[in-house]
Amino acid sequence: VHLTAAEKSAILDLWGKVNVGEIGAEALGRLLVVYPWTQRFFEKFGDLSSASAIMSNAHVKSHGAKVLASFSEGLKHLEDLKGTFAKLSELHCDKLHVDPENFRLLGNMIVIALAHHHPSEFTPCTQAAFQKVTAGVANALAHKYH
Amino acid sequence: MVLSAADKNNVKTTWDKIGGHAAEYVAEGLTRMFTSFPTTKTYFHHIDVSPGSGDIKAHGKKVADALTTAVGHLDDLPTALSTLSDVHAHKLRVDPVNFKFLNHCLLVTLAAHLGADFTPSIHASLDKFFASVSTVLTSKYR
Repeated sequence: VHLTAAEKSAILDLWGKVNVGEIGAEALGRLLVVYPWTQRFFEKFGDLSSASAIMSNAHVKSHGAKVLASFSEGLKHLEDLKGTFAKLSELHCDKLHVDPENFRLLGNMIVIALAHHHPSEFTPCTQAAFQKVTAGVANALAHKYH
Repeated sequence: MVLSAADKNNVKTTWDKIGGHAAEYVAEGLTRMFTSFPTTKTYFHHIDVSPGSGDIKAHGKKVADALTTAVGHLDDLPTALSTLSDVHAHKLRVDPVNFKFLNHCLLVTLAAHLGADFTPSIHASLDKFFASVSTVLTSKYR
């Protein structure tokens, strides 16, 4: 991704304040609530029958935290997201069979969770920087699909 | 996609909470859209899209008023938005992909301003509402 120095700075400043586990859980939870067809990948998670069941589901929280920890690693390698996520890309294609459109949907849920938890810092310019990063990560995760 | 009774209730309750801030929030949504998705500016080369401009405030109010009309007619969006649908189909011809960008930026704005009221259920209902409005506005394109 091509980020200006100001954008990189905005991203890292905000990320320093982020509770990765909490944002991850909220983003994944909202994905499953707002786009219920995404539940197709999580049949083993137990009770996903209502918004409150989803948001309090321990598997959702822990998986959300895991996904965002991986995203967090990506923020350290913004010049080579494709390389950083190559193995995960193969995994999502060959083993998990996840349509890459889901990465775009989750990326938008991460953006919404950040706005929700950090309203004063999540200005239009900061949002724009994060939209570039989430698009970059989504593309990197889709890169090895065949 | 159909708005359930619960969705309609969520949308009306939220719009009441937003109250007089609708125009301001939609203007912010537009600014977020122009900043994050610069290709959307191609439809607005005739106005000043810099953040805080009078043109953005005016356009925010126009769009907010249309959404308020929609909230008041959730049982019959196609009739309530028929004229706007014609305008988008024959005059504005905004590519359908752009409605998703605006809808997302409206949700980001509401997430930032509504705090605890922006629950996942409310978020889902609003997303469905904005998607329904977008579907009506693009329904006569071809």
